[in-house]
Amino acid sequence: MNATAIVFYALAGLACASAFMVIWSRNVMHSALYLVPTFLSVAAIYVMLRAEFVAAVQVLVYAGGILVLFLFVIMLVNVKAVQGARLRLHGAVSGSIGAASIALLLSVYGRGRILAAAPDGGKLTEFGGNLETVGWVLYNEYLLPFEIASLFLLVAMVGAIVLARHKA
Amino acid sequence: MPVPASHILVFSLVLFAIGMLGVLTRRNVLIILMSIELMMNAANINFVAFSRQLNNIGGQVFSVFTIVVAAGEVAVGLAIVLALFRNRDTVMVDEVHIMRG
Repeated sequence: MNATAIVFYALAGLACASAFMVIWSRNVMHSALYLVPTFLSVAAIYVMLRAEFVAAVQVLVYAGGILVLFLFVIMLVNVKAVQGARLRLHGAVSGSIGAASIALLLSVYGRGRILAAAPDGGKLTEFGGNLETVGWVLYNEYLLPFEIASLFLLVAMVGAIVLARHKA
Repeated sequence: MPVPASHILVFSLVLFAIGMLGVLTRRNVLIILMSIELMMNAANINFVAFSRQLNNIGGQVFSVFTIVVAAGEVAVGLAIVLALFRNRDTVMVDEVHIMRG
């Protein structure tokens, strides 16, 4: 096992542990803060997988935008009202449903075969670095989805403002 | 590839399972939204891992789109949480049963 693999397993373990703390901790503020190590380790794994642009977007959007949004809303709603019991009877029922579906996913993973790795130095860096390639493909093959995504963001922004503002 | 692709897929499966556990067992709608973010992260890891494995940039472009959708979803979701808290004074999903017959 080389050093890169050790770093990957350490990052994956950190991400899983802190993701578990997100759903386990009683304080919702702690949950939001436990999201940070998860997002940052996933971004580091993206860098290891040669997806530097996705890693940068992950840090900017998730750790920068979404997390701040969560923290704002947690501070806006009453902190006492958001503390609560962890599990109830229906939690056990839904937990077993979840365990069954995870077992199904695992069996699919076990049955399927992963395709062999393609040779290096091909399409991932066809137009120079990672950022150039992503930009080239995004603005050529995926131009219409890109524009639809921007429209989607506009609609989401307007909808969020309309939903969250005080009644006049 | 620094590690076998199947290990990355197992990692993303574990992350997805943790997110699903959070959605199924927690009552706080904020935690449920965070768990949905975790599941979207797991799907993104799959996209990027297969993009690396198959040497195709499409997976990375698609994961950028997923991040866009996640950002819009969390903005609207948190606005709904704010409106819910303002009207019903709670963020627990099992205390919101206006539509129960």
